[in-house]
Amino acid sequence: MAVAFDEMNGSDGDLRPAYQELSRWLKETPPDALEYRRQEAELLFRRIGITFAVYGDSEAQERLIPFDVIPRIISGKEWSLLEKGLKQRVRAINMFLRDIYHARDILRADIIPEDLIFQNPVFRPEMNGQDVPHDVYVHIAGIDIIRTEPENFFVLEDNARTPSGVSYMLENREIMMRLFPDLFARHRVAPVEKYPDELLSALRSVAPISASAEPTVALLTPGVYNSAYYEHSFLADKLGVELVEGRDLIVKNDEVFMRTTEGLKRVDVIYRRLDDDFLDPLSFRPDSVLGVPGLMSAYAAGNITLANAVGTGIADDKAVYSYMPEIVKFYLGEEPILKNVPTWRCREPADLAYVLDHLGELVVKEVHGSGGYGMLIGPAATKATIEAFRDKLKREPEGFIAQPTLALSTCPTCTESGLAPRHVDLRPFVLTGRDRVNIIPGGLTRVALKAGSLVVNSSQGGGTKDTWILDELS
Amino acid sequence: MLSRTAENLYWLARYVERAEYLARTIEATLRVTALPNAYIGKTNEWDSALLTAGVSASFYKIHKEADERNVVDYLSFAPENPSSIRNCIENARLNSRSVRTALTSEMWDTINSAWIDLQEIWGKGTKTREELNKFLRFVQEISLRFDGSAYRTMLRNDAYWFSRLGLHLERADNTARILDVKYHVLLPEEEHVGGPLDYYQWTSILRSVSALTAYHWVYRETLKPWLIADLLILNESLPRSLASCYSNLARNLDQIGVAYGRQGAAQRHARGVRNRLEHSNMNDIFQHGVHEFIQEFIADNGRLGEIIAKQYLI
Repeated sequence: MAVAFDEMNGSDGDLRPAYQELSRWLKETPPDALEYRRQEAELLFRRIGITFAVYGDSEAQERLIPFDVIPRIISGKEWSLLEKGLKQRVRAINMFLRDIYHARDILRADIIPEDLIFQNPVFRPEMNGQDVPHDVYVHIAGIDIIRTEPENFFVLEDNARTPSGVSYMLENREIMMRLFPDLFARHRVAPVEKYPDELLSALRSVAPISASAEPTVALLTPGVYNSAYYEHSFLADKLGVELVEGRDLIVKNDEVFMRTTEGLKRVDVIYRRLDDDFLDPLSFRPDSVLGVPGLMSAYAAGNITLANAVGTGIADDKAVYSYMPEIVKFYLGEEPILKNVPTWRCREPADLAYVLDHLGELVVKEVHGSGGYGMLIGPAATKATIEAFRDKLKREPEGFIAQPTLALSTCPTCTESGLAPRHVDLRPFVLTGRDRVNIIPGGLTRVALKAGSLVVNSSQGGGTKDTWILDELS
Repeated sequence: MLSRTAENLYWLARYVERAEYLARTIEATLRVTALPNAYIGKTNEWDSALLTAGVSASFYKIHKEADERNVVDYLSFAPENPSSIRNCIENARLNSRSVRTALTSEMWDTINSAWIDLQEIWGKGTKTREELNKFLRFVQEISLRFDGSAYRTMLRNDAYWFSRLGLHLERADNTARILDVKYHVLLPEEEHVGGPLDYYQWTSILRSVSALTAYHWVYRETLKPWLIADLLILNESLPRSLASCYSNLARNLDQIGVAYGRQGAAQRHARGVRNRLEHSNMNDIFQHGVHEFIQEFIADNGRLGEIIAKQYLI
């Protein structure tokens, strides 16, 4: 694997323009001052209670995601390219979902094989022919972006179900501004604090027709034991909407109400952070106690908007992902601005043969996996792991895709032996409302803290950084 | 507001208040048991501490006899005691997390910081008297800070009122329980049999409801059981008296009623209890029997809790 592109020092050690101020500042700042701020940041995170839970890890029920105090900087020019590409991608995803659950032109045009859709467990037949307000399915998308070269951005995953992490984008910024006011004064960093406002107006703009002029929005959480609970309560607070659990909601005559101290109150839009499977025990998993019985029938009656819509998983399935360039071209007639990582679909015999021959150099992922679990990173795996994976792959080829091991770009990061480059990715959040797609300049930068590691997931030892988009135009 | 939110706020305040009361009870008991036997006789003060905490039955399922070590442990740290200080704080934190959006950041910070600090103590317990005293002080400070931050930072709306309801209902219950356990030393004036023994019992009672100094300010008298009962039951100027708790409960429920434009059983019941306290005097209460009076009060107070739950929280 080639040496990774470093966002501060490039591939050749030449300081890149966006990092000039930071580099100067780092030279002026003694290392122990950085360490002191790092500890202060950790204390703040703990006091505020910004924690997440790792499932199956009872020792550490609430953990902090390590926060790295060195910001990741993206120039205004780079960002405007990303922004265009992300808007294009999300527009295409929404059109794709509308099509899949209605006319299915893309299947008739033979661009995507039918069985990939209809045999897919995340395809929701309940959504066939069901209209959603203003044809918006994915109101909130968290698109994972990786970079290999100055101009080379790839989409790694389109998270179109219930993407999380936006609270870190907002809280990381708050904490950085508290700890490093002078560093901010030396940059023009685009603010991110408008995100909750933009989210709320996007959600209200897609209220059902039967809603009042002032639609009521609520945020549905699985509860305090969910790994992202902090984020749910944080967002509800910033949005100024009720944070509800399934048991707070009740469906009567196909309308959704919340139980309040003054009786029942109608809800029009639910920003749900609960997976499809658990939404309504009458329609999906009957053992779900987290959901709301009858919710899907209120949804079918058009009395409630769910954000994101039910059935959006079909758009971020890793096998469907491989068709995304074609999807963009098909619906928009444009060349995709953001690249896809080349992907082998193991369901296709020729691809499978190639993958089996090259397991040692590829990354193999489960089609429905997430969080970095169940994945094989060939170059980092032992022989035994590779062989075990080979068996799994042969048994159920349609469950996997493979991609080349890309050298994710690196950013300077605090480590025990001083500043050192670590691999990063980026998850910007794309909001879609009635008549516009909107992206707050920023996102969540995840960093793999272990030297050489490419796994940035917080459940597996990844950390986060504040992401600065330089506002150079003003 | 969501019924669940109101319920969480209500219980959050109850847990914090209970933790403080337990800490005070332990502190007062430690003081009285430190006296030579000649002053307090052979009564088992640790046994009454369990009774006032309402956990006597569950304690004796595990332990044969009550002594300082096992009672302090049971009331402070025992995970198996649902209302140990530890469980109160753990539950308070859990409730706070579920209703973070309804708390001010100051309130959240109080509970969360205390919870973080206490994790260490849960692990190793307290080894010395000094450590124990420090811990008991700390617990009382949590409730002062929590209460203070609620008072200073919360909007005066239903969230605040539900939290106050929890506080005063729990407080009334605690004061009534201590009276219930110690009623036998609160004898009417003419039957005065007090010796040094009762004297220290009385100061112990007053200490557990932080009213020892208040007593002297209000009555400017030496300790008399008759007046102690008057202070704790009928004197509205003492924040932990039954009368004060009910004047607050009735007022907070009225505020909720006005805000929602509707009165109900909870308002009527609270007003009923308050009126009874307002129109009682110690003479009547002793005639009727202090024990019976307190028993009735505890039942009435419990009923108010049920009515509030039914009217607003479910």
